Amino acid sequence: MNKRFKQALGFFIVKTLVLAALTVLAAILIFLFAKGAGIISWDFLAKPPENSMTEGGIFPAILGTFYLVFFSVLFSLPPGLACAIYLNEYSPKGWFSGIIRISINNLAGVPSIVFGLFGLAVFVKQLGFGVSILSGSLTLSIVILPLIISSTQEALMTVPQSIREASMALGATKWTTIRRIVLPQATPSILTAVILSIGRAAGETAPILFTAAVFYTRELPKSLFSEVMALPYHIYALITEGTHPETQIKIAYGSSLVLLFMVLFLSMAAIRIRQRHRSHYDKIRR
Amino acid sequence: MKKIILSAVCSALLAPAAYAGKVVMEGSTTILPIAQKAAEVYMNKTPGSNITVRGGGSGVGISSIIDGTCDIANASRAIKQKELDNAVKKGRELKAHIIAMDGIVVVLHPSNEIQELSKEQVKNIFTGKTKNWKDVGGKDLKIVPVSRDSSSGTFEAFMEYALDKKRVRPDALVQASNQGIVNFVAQTPGAIGYIGIGYLSEKVKAVRYNGAEATKENVLKNKYSLARPLFMYTVPNPKGEVKAFLDFLKSPEGQKLVEEEGFIALKKN
Amino acid sequence: MAKKGEKIKEKLIEYFLFALSLASLVFLAGIVVTLFRESLPAFRDIGFFRMIAGRDWYPTYDPPDFGILPLIAGSFLVTLISILISVPLGLAGAVYISELAGKKEKAFLKPALELLSSIPSVVYGFWGMVFLAPFLQKHLELSTGYCALAAGIVLGIMSTPIIASLSEDALNYVPRAFKEASYALGANRWETVTRVIIPSAASGIITSVILGTGRAIGETMVVLMISGGSAILPQSFLEPVRPMTSAIAAEMGEAAFGTPHYHSLFAIALILFGITFVLNLAAEMIAKKFRLKLGASR
Repeated sequence: MNKRFKQALGFFIVKTLVLAALTVLAAILIFLFAKGAGIISWDFLAKPPENSMTEGGIFPAILGTFYLVFFSVLFSLPPGLACAIYLNEYSPKGWFSGIIRISINNLAGVPSIVFGLFGLAVFVKQLGFGVSILSGSLTLSIVILPLIISSTQEALMTVPQSIREASMALGATKWTTIRRIVLPQATPSILTAVILSIGRAAGETAPILFTAAVFYTRELPKSLFSEVMALPYHIYALITEGTHPETQIKIAYGSSLVLLFMVLFLSMAAIRIRQRHRSHYDKIRR
Repeated sequence: MKKIILSAVCSALLAPAAYAGKVVMEGSTTILPIAQKAAEVYMNKTPGSNITVRGGGSGVGISSIIDGTCDIANASRAIKQKELDNAVKKGRELKAHIIAMDGIVVVLHPSNEIQELSKEQVKNIFTGKTKNWKDVGGKDLKIVPVSRDSSSGTFEAFMEYALDKKRVRPDALVQASNQGIVNFVAQTPGAIGYIGIGYLSEKVKAVRYNGAEATKENVLKNKYSLARPLFMYTVPNPKGEVKAFLDFLKSPEGQKLVEEEGFIALKKN
Repeated sequence: MAKKGEKIKEKLIEYFLFALSLASLVFLAGIVVTLFRESLPAFRDIGFFRMIAGRDWYPTYDPPDFGILPLIAGSFLVTLISILISVPLGLAGAVYISELAGKKEKAFLKPALELLSSIPSVVYGFWGMVFLAPFLQKHLELSTGYCALAAGIVLGIMSTPIIASLSEDALNYVPRAFKEASYALGANRWETVTRVIIPSAASGIITSVILGTGRAIGETMVVLMISGGSAILPQSFLEPVRPMTSAIAAEMGEAAFGTPHYHSLFAIALILFGITFVLNLAAEMIAKKFRLKLGASR
């Protein structure tokens, strides 16, 4: 009886904790949704801020986030992919690539403000790029680079060695093997990683605090050297520096909701791709 | 010689950002509402112009203009000697433009019955010598002082004029902007903070400082001791859109915006 | 036998990939180099021990004080509270998903965990400012809700999905044979979970806790927005604190290039980097031993 009781109690506690955690998380999302849904409209999404930022919309912030994410992926994807491919396919597997792998994993855990400080010191000030899309996306690209490298490496590692050997045995060169056999199999996982990196880059505030984001600008960015408004910074700025809080708090809620939707949508897309790939791959394996 | 080449290269990189019609303002959160409003009105009047506004605090603005990453530094305090030295070291000269007057107001929660505080009392509260409201004639309630980050010009001005450069007690809470202080004081019964006069609203209660009320008249008549000018710093000979914007701000139309945002227009002379 | 032209092309591609990889590594190494280079003046001019043990953080006063002990203490306190919340909740979640959930529940919960861990920190910080801090102020009758507890709670909620997800992976990694042997010996599910599975997965779980700790220490926006900002050595978790990350974020805009304040901020960043580096290394080593241990018994 004692054993049975312990089990019941134990699992009850587990279930309660899980329920508590889920409830709190759901409550947060519902709270934000309830407070923010009212302000979302086509105008809100498509128009710039008006009247001391108490009215109008957040279009420049959405566009700014889009530019930052686009360029950060553009800057980090080629080197990241190349690095992962080289490390996994070409370089001799020894302690050297082991050290590199450990270093990359460690850099994935570095606090994002450290990247922001680096970006401010080097890109904004020393290299003179100023507060701009360029500085911001370079900083963000360093944030997501370790993720891209390590996920791509993992994706490549799951491709069985036998497939590579079979391909080479049939006369294909190493690069052809990589390009036509290995990469296509790893692509869905890589795609998943890229999408998750996009979500990460879209939501990060610390790296863009002083490298790209501004409180208010009316014109849409004209070049890589333009500064931008960005969604995560907009939320932060409105709630900490906002000059007319009663009206601006609603805009902050709305911006949070838009950012949430964006990121959750991207994550869901990534998960779906991975699920479809897994079932497809399982079918092949059979 | 190296410095000349380096700055030539850097200006070349910066050139795309320096095209006419564009002005980047950065710095004081006190000046932020004025900057924001003026930017909007000016852009409506002047098609083709683009004014960008960033906050962060006076220190951020000054640091930016010294490092060349903005056109106008909004500062609610004068530039410090250390910063001037730094600017000289980097070969940047700066010119100060006064665009408005401001009074720093000491504010309390509306439920606090205290109507006035002396300079000594305020100093003791913020340096930690006085910890309870009953010691200055109020309720038996712990004093919760709220202050600003070191980047704030309001903070520097307050520290210099009200605290005689003494250190704020380390356990004072810190808010990132004037508005942050207002929000905080409005929801914290024991709080005391300081803000620019433009941020005064019914959410908080202003107290008389050293016998003087924080009003525009008192500031202009030099009767309110926590008065200060609000600056915009630029390069010594501002040209183009920067000059046009500053002229606009100093014009009667621009000064009307200053008043609308709750600050004090410059005396006409 | 590949043609000569093809061989050249292959080599070119290999060099090209190598060059791009070098670019990535240079980027990443550049950060470490910059951190060291820009923080060295601080340690040299102010003194390493003066900084680490100093209790006064007044970087812009005349004369300035650069003691970062309060900042480190703030980080630790907030992280501690975060761990106290996220580990029980996360572990419970992991146990539930791996042992108790039905197939349909699993299919829903696992993606849900991933979605939840992708919510941006600024959104959590925003929620903390508009809901949690006023809530704590009212119900705990505090003079202000901006304190270590508020930041710790939000960080704990943020870290829970991550710890749950990583721990669940660890629990799954335990070979079925262990479970079956346990049942064969007459243990019920609870006993199996608590006495066999969790201990076997202990290294993996510890890894997830270490990684969660690293994330909590490195988190910036949440602490910037709701931890209160006071650079003091906290006597309780109801006091406002100023963790290292929020100090950097709040002050970096103002520290002009090359000033002592600027260098001291880099010093803080270096210490942060060092802490997360050590934590990550520890996690890696434990994870390796864990995989070897379980792998060998398969």
